[in-house]
Amino acid sequence: MITALKSVPASVPETAPVQIEVRGVDKVFATGGHEVVALKGIDLEVRHGEFICLLGPSGCGKSTLLNAVAGFQPPSRGVVLVDGQPITAPGPDRGMVFQEYALFPWMTVAENIAFGLQIKRMGKAEIAERVEVLLHKLHLQDFRNRFPKDLSGGMRQRVAIARVLALDSPILLMDEPFGALDALTRRTLQDELLRIWEEVGKTVLFVTHSIEESIYLADRIVVMTYRPGTIKQEVRVEMPRPRDGASAEFNRLKRDLAQMVMEEQQRFNADEIHSVTAD
Amino acid sequence: MSRPSRITPAALARGALVPLVVVAVWQALSSSGMVNPTVLPSPGAVLVRWWHYLLPADPYDPAQSGWLAWALSGEMLTDAYSSLYRVVLGFVVGAGLALPLGLLMGTSERVYGLMDPLVQVLRPIPPIAYIPLAILWFGLGNPPAVFLIAIGAFFPVLMNTIAGVRHVDGIYLRAARNLGAGKLTMFVRVILPAATPYILAGARIGIGTAFIVVIVSEMIAVNAGLGFRILEAREFMWSDKIIAGMFTIGFLGLGIDIAMNRLNTHLLRWHRGLDS
Repeated sequence: MITALKSVPASVPETAPVQIEVRGVDKVFATGGHEVVALKGIDLEVRHGEFICLLGPSGCGKSTLLNAVAGFQPPSRGVVLVDGQPITAPGPDRGMVFQEYALFPWMTVAENIAFGLQIKRMGKAEIAERVEVLLHKLHLQDFRNRFPKDLSGGMRQRVAIARVLALDSPILLMDEPFGALDALTRRTLQDELLRIWEEVGKTVLFVTHSIEESIYLADRIVVMTYRPGTIKQEVRVEMPRPRDGASAEFNRLKRDLAQMVMEEQQRFNADEIHSVTAD
Repeated sequence: MSRPSRITPAALARGALVPLVVVAVWQALSSSGMVNPTVLPSPGAVLVRWWHYLLPADPYDPAQSGWLAWALSGEMLTDAYSSLYRVVLGFVVGAGLALPLGLLMGTSERVYGLMDPLVQVLRPIPPIAYIPLAILWFGLGNPPAVFLIAIGAFFPVLMNTIAGVRHVDGIYLRAARNLGAGKLTMFVRVILPAATPYILAGARIGIGTAFIVVIVSEMIAVNAGLGFRILEAREFMWSDKIIAGMFTIGFLGLGIDIAMNRLNTHLLRWHRGLDS
């Protein structure tokens, strides 16, 4: 493991209680007659309030791992525990932000945010109040009656974040949420996410294939291998936030991570070329 | 399906160009004397006939009825009302049966497996083919007509509802499950609205079919309605009235389609690609 780059304490002490426990998880998909081992022997502990990035090339199983924690796809072997309880189904205690936004296009911005609260059968006045707070927190107050189709990608992702924050779930699962955004919008949303995370102290499991994004955001980066998906290395990032992308430490870490990720990317490339020539 | 655009004088002139040319050729043909007026009456004769068809038959008599009732007592309006009444009733019956069945077949594999073979066999039978049975079962008058129209509206709404429910994007289902939605919430707040564009497209086809079927069904067993009127006119060799009736059918159909389009645009104002 790469040692801490600076002797500043990480924002989450290693003594914080464990919230998410992934134990010996395998995931095997049967596609077109042959089996693909997406995850193999994953062991991971995430502490309360920790910000974790799952980093790796396409096909390394990082989204599969996230979906297992979300409860969308049960693992083929092993267990995922949240606060000691095994995960069997998706639930509002683990709010998910999807790369494709997944907003309901027939609902306005405010209705999208309120939907989860209506499912919880919260009172109307309380819903209105909470929606109002979130609209302001994510700078959406002027867009409350718009439909998603009238919003930019960045705005849509703000709504998606507000929608899961409304649930007040202790865990946020984010599946490449900023992957489709332009660089400037992406940075703005990264900063807002950090601001909110520091404010509300949620546990975040964040999937990305961007090395810079992972260094900018995470307390701990989990680098994954390409097929089978295993944990290649865990890297603690102990730089104080906001992190300076031009600093020497940032770039040293970036170089180290890039080397790890590129090793996996090359295996991915080789596999892809192989599968094309085999056809 | 584009939003009705604003009508400018230029657009109006462009839109009127082809119809005017057609009418001019038609008029020239009639004036040339080459065509027997019984076979093809002149546009002027059709227009006059259309005007008389529209106007009340009797002069206004305050003792008999109110002014509005008199103004609406013309044969054409009575016919249009009779036809529309059948279309609406038949459509409500047909779509009203197709919608719940379609939702059921779309959501449940079991119901789909049970019903689909029968649906596939019945679907290609044109509503017109039910005419003998309709008369046998329902006699004369409105009931057989409504039955035929209901069949015409039933299948488009059914097929589109099934397709709509089955094509709901999985990402919406996943997001809703993640937010904690149960089965009922999932159905009412996610599956149903997500399927609406398909269902409304089916309703639009269904009402179009209903309008075609009403004209045919009126040729068999009733004594009012636009379809009945053009058949009656043929028996008297009133070709000008036949054409006047046909134009009325055309305008009414256009009106229904515009109304449906407006309704769709309103209900689907959230939908991508409607106003882009």
